[in-house]
Amino acid sequence: MTATAQVHSNEVGKARLRKEDAHLITGRSRYTDNMVLPGMLHLAMVRSPYAHAKITGIDVAAAKASPGVMAVLTGADVAAEQGSLPNAWPITPDQKAPAHPSIAVDEVAFAGEVVAVIIARSVAAARDAVELVDVNYEELPVVLDLEEAFTDTVLAHPSLGTNLSANWVFDSGEAGTGAPVEEALANAEVLIERTFYQQRLIPSFMEPRSTVVDPTSEQLTMWTSTQIPHILRLMLALTLGIPESKVRVVAPDVGGGFGGKLQVTPEEIITVLAARRMGKPCKYTETRSESLMAAHHGRAQVQRLKLSATREGIVTGFSVNLLADMGAYLGLVTSGVPILGAFMFNSIYKFPAYRFECNNLFTNKAWTDAYRGAGRPEATFAIERIMDELAVELGMDPLELREKNWIKHEEFPFTTVCGLEYDSGNYEAATAKAVELFDYAGLRAEQLRRRNSNDPVQLGIGISTFTEMCGLAPSRVLGSLAYGAGGWEHAQVRVLPTGNVEVVTGSSAHGQGHETAWSQLVADRLGVPFENVEVLHGDTQVSQRGLDTYGSRSLTVGGMAVLAAADKVIEKAKVVAAHLLEASEDDIEFSAGNFTVKGTDTSTSLGEIALATFAAHNLPDGFEPNLDSDATFDPVNFSFPHGTHLAAMEVDTETGQVRIRKYVCVDDIGVVVNPMIVEGQVHGGLAQGIAQALYEEAVYDDAGTLVTGSFVDYLVPSAPDLPHYITDRTQTPSTTNQLGAKGVGEAGTIASTPAIVNGVLDAIRHLGVRDIKMPCSPSRVWHALEVAKTTGGAQ
Amino acid sequence: MASSKTITVEVDDVSYTDDVEPRLLLVQYLRERLGKTGTLIGCDTTNCGACTVHLDGVSVKSCTMFAVQADGHQVTTIEGMATDGKLAPLQEAFHQCHALQCGFCTPGMIMQSASLLKENPHPSEAEIRDGLEGNLCRCTGYQNIVAAVKSVADGVEYGDSGVSASLEDAQNAGVS
Repeated sequence: MTATAQVHSNEVGKARLRKEDAHLITGRSRYTDNMVLPGMLHLAMVRSPYAHAKITGIDVAAAKASPGVMAVLTGADVAAEQGSLPNAWPITPDQKAPAHPSIAVDEVAFAGEVVAVIIARSVAAARDAVELVDVNYEELPVVLDLEEAFTDTVLAHPSLGTNLSANWVFDSGEAGTGAPVEEALANAEVLIERTFYQQRLIPSFMEPRSTVVDPTSEQLTMWTSTQIPHILRLMLALTLGIPESKVRVVAPDVGGGFGGKLQVTPEEIITVLAARRMGKPCKYTETRSESLMAAHHGRAQVQRLKLSATREGIVTGFSVNLLADMGAYLGLVTSGVPILGAFMFNSIYKFPAYRFECNNLFTNKAWTDAYRGAGRPEATFAIERIMDELAVELGMDPLELREKNWIKHEEFPFTTVCGLEYDSGNYEAATAKAVELFDYAGLRAEQLRRRNSNDPVQLGIGISTFTEMCGLAPSRVLGSLAYGAGGWEHAQVRVLPTGNVEVVTGSSAHGQGHETAWSQLVADRLGVPFENVEVLHGDTQVSQRGLDTYGSRSLTVGGMAVLAAADKVIEKAKVVAAHLLEASEDDIEFSAGNFTVKGTDTSTSLGEIALATFAAHNLPDGFEPNLDSDATFDPVNFSFPHGTHLAAMEVDTETGQVRIRKYVCVDDIGVVVNPMIVEGQVHGGLAQGIAQALYEEAVYDDAGTLVTGSFVDYLVPSAPDLPHYITDRTQTPSTTNQLGAKGVGEAGTIASTPAIVNGVLDAIRHLGVRDIKMPCSPSRVWHALEVAKTTGGAQ
Repeated sequence: MASSKTITVEVDDVSYTDDVEPRLLLVQYLRERLGKTGTLIGCDTTNCGACTVHLDGVSVKSCTMFAVQADGHQVTTIEGMATDGKLAPLQEAFHQCHALQCGFCTPGMIMQSASLLKENPHPSEAEIRDGLEGNLCRCTGYQNIVAAVKSVADGVEYGDSGVSASLEDAQNAGVS
């Protein structure tokens, strides 16, 4: 036999164009809202206009009589079957959480909570009837501000007796991973105390959430715009008491998630309840206003920080005290988001002492949960902002200060003060490259010129050297943190009789390009053409096992499962190859899709073996005629991407207008499978991090009504609001997975926010401005300048 | 409900005559009556641009028009952009430049870009950014979208290597 398979090697590292694009650029998309099923009914939600109120009565008679309306359901109607929405992360044994019914029964705790659902023959008929539902509310006092919530003066849920859901502490002295921080703070030569505010953000995926449920036949099928079809299926079973095997969840095309679709939502449960009740398929698609109001928000922390250092600029201790806003309810991982940050406040530095304390607090605002970076952007912001504050205090260049404290490249692997083992990294290399691309010295010189000439437009340089833990996650670590599940990922590789390959992955992509990247991985490993690999995902009937997509985990966990499954295919095929080539298995070598008898040119291809295995006419005795293989990969450690981001910020001191003059980032994400996709992830991440620094904030009025309830007011940046990014990479392979990859989905978002804010402050600090709350809008910058002027710089 | 009105609209080169409620939005007519689900709805306030189509060759947000206003007019959606199975230059450029991730803003972004290039065939980067101001993308950070539009304006011809040619930065990324 001779080799017939075309040899395609070195797919990994190629900027392969995406397989996902063809249908998306031609409008042949299959987003959930595009689905239409026979007899399908449409839902519209009646939502509470009050942030906190007792429901004293609901009159649905007029709505029921409205043309096209088939039924109206209230919380009371479904109280016995709706269960309580799940929280999978009880961070302490005594964590407090209110019951969270999908349709409120007797009390609402935030504006936007569902109090009734209209089921009608058309969307228009359903929405018309929303206006006809008469709900009587008895308003209750609201608690909105975190610092107020901490005092328990007004309670978000009076029945809990407190707003405190949980108090969680990590102390390096107690954990034995470092010294006690109190001593370090008490003996500080320099002590910096700051309070920073992480404003509330809204993930703002472009596709509004949509769910279709088909209750016909034996198995209930749900199509939904989710990041987590597998977790959702399990949670639907647990919440509603349906056997898991009777539920199929499909995530078709999903229009972005960013953590915002990492949730089990009331609307999904309600659509199941409605479809079951009516015996007909039901669809719910939210409006953008509903999405902004009721899909979970992110960030929302008060960070009270104390950093101690020597006069030479060596940090000796860092104490973090957080107030973290849960909003009105705990979602799937709401309570764990601050904990994901807890191990990252020390960032790339060799702090000898560290303490983290978090108070998770309820307020009468929309629930919060994961948003791109989840805990790590908050931590990175805090440390990178306060390092700049220390540099100012010491009169030291902020880059020099960082270098004095960071882990040197020869010190890896390095166990941090949090007990994490950073396997690899090279902060010197990334920083050197960024400094060069940025022209750090040139911009510093220009900054000085503008200062000296009192230029109305001042220039500032913002620095962010960051790392993050990603590749969520080693299951044992998650277990030790009381998370309810593991962090493994599953894959299957199937070789079809034609020699084409199907890859089934449990990582369900929604824009990240897994179909392309996984094809590259498998093409290389099995020596088959890229075009001949098909990747299947996002349907629990096709991909039965998986833990889905979040936490920059897909490649470092899901990709490793794919490779492991491919390796098993090769092992199986080798047995057949030895049999067909009449050689010993030990003498068979596999390379570029061909099995060869060592030292000869006798070989057979994987495709030929696949066909022979399918025919099963001539296989070794006892060989199961099947090359398909499954693998489940559980990582042994996180991966730790890092990088250096530099922002040159121009601030117009007369108008407060801020402009990004230049943005340079050098990221080290280890080995790259597809540089084009990586580049796209970095760009998008930067945009969201910059948006936090300059544009976005979920604002509530004093009554707890969301003021930024549409894209008119919630300022997702558009093209002219963002700069051309200059990006580059260094590459220090991760040692914790066989590919050496680290993860890139969140890096840009985590790193960019402090770079921008540090840059804004660096531009106007000499005018007396020490801090500006995000977003640094023109009015906030202008006000800060005015206050500094009238107080002579002392704030 | 309200009385209906008969409209005739040519959509992607096919003429349709339908009775519609006066309050029916053009985007709803396209999606729900004609099955043109390539055109998407991302907001309720004409901010996101996901629903952008062409009306007589000029971009409009189809969530901001009633179907009855399209009576007697010609509408082109993303589904009518490719001709004889060949992608329109902007569709090809979006693919080549990795100008989409989740794809939800893409139909509107391509339709707006086409309109922009018709008005200004050789825009600067700043003019492209300004011209796309009414279309939001949450995935790409816009840089590759701008590059895609620019490449069409510059008449860049793409080969069929299956590898992105527009990513010198990424491909030449130094490895230390």
